[in-house]
Amino acid sequence: MIQTSRSPHKKIPLRKGPFMVISAFLLLWLIGVATGEPARVLEQAVTVCLSCIGIG
Amino acid sequence: MERVRKWVQVVIGFLINSSWSFPFTKTIYQGPLKVICSPGLNCYSCPASTTYCPLGAIQQLLGGLRISLENGQYFFGFSIIGTIGVFGGLFGRMICGWACPFGFIQEILHKIPTRKFAIPRLLSYGKFFFLLVFVVILPLALIDEFGTGNPWFCKFVCPAGTLEAGLPMILLQPNLRHTIGLLFLNKFIIMVLILTWAVFASRPFCRTICPLGAFYALFSKVRLIKLHLNEAKCTNCKACHHVCPMGVKFNESPDDPECITCLACMNKACQFDAISLEIGGMPLSVPNKGLSPANKP
Repeated sequence: MIQTSRSPHKKIPLRKGPFMVISAFLLLWLIGVATGEPARVLEQAVTVCLSCIGIG
Repeated sequence: MERVRKWVQVVIGFLINSSWSFPFTKTIYQGPLKVICSPGLNCYSCPASTTYCPLGAIQQLLGGLRISLENGQYFFGFSIIGTIGVFGGLFGRMICGWACPFGFIQEILHKIPTRKFAIPRLLSYGKFFFLLVFVVILPLALIDEFGTGNPWFCKFVCPAGTLEAGLPMILLQPNLRHTIGLLFLNKFIIMVLILTWAVFASRPFCRTICPLGAFYALFSKVRLIKLHLNEAKCTNCKACHHVCPMGVKFNESPDDPECITCLACMNKACQFDAISLEIGGMPLSVPNKGLSPANKP
């Protein structure tokens, strides 16, 4: 359905910016995971936060 | 392609809200999948939600930062920012157009046949205010006697939370009904106003208020997947202006922070093949279903 339209003879330079950004945020995610954040996030997410939804 | 996008919106909406046991349990899903981040705005207090909302989670962590630091825990929200940062680097605001349940709800409402109105461009800066002030500054700065801050955006603004979580929880748990007060009334009015606005204008919440949309908008120039304008083929006919649900003038601003990559300009408007989808600089050609070959030059 989706095909690349580049010519086999013409080399199109890859944009490096997105890969650098993704790598930086991946590193940030790893730091967060290393500090144990996901367990805290899970603890919050399985609790109904009444004030968050405007009740209580 | 528009039909494909609608199906993707529906499938992702069901995937992140796939716990349908709530009519029996009368509460929210509490399983381990909730460690997964929802790419779009989807309240984690929604009874069917199987993922966490990045906005809600980051406000909770920032609100409790003082206490966590006192306990030697460095919960700055890096894992959440890292996750939505990766989403942003890959897709940018394509998430808004393809994977946000609240965006989908607004699109459905906008199909109600009425007179339609434009949204002034100036209002699009409002979402950056909500991101900075309601999601970051206020939860960090205003604390109660216990040293914790409030999730200001969720508590006082978020219409998705009222629609997906507040109303269903009140229906599921009758004992909550006596706790309804001014706070809920405020949020209910905001929700009604925004949903009504969505009937008359295209995606008003995404364009003017959504802090998650504001975050993804920061990636408009550096995201991996985006639309590309071939200036040699563009005739400046402005056909792309008329079909964009976000009010983007694509030929004038191809990296516009408002572009949700819905592909309407490429598939429904451009007759000159001047707009294409690209991944990391490599153009892709998608068969153009919106225009008949006879209309092509």
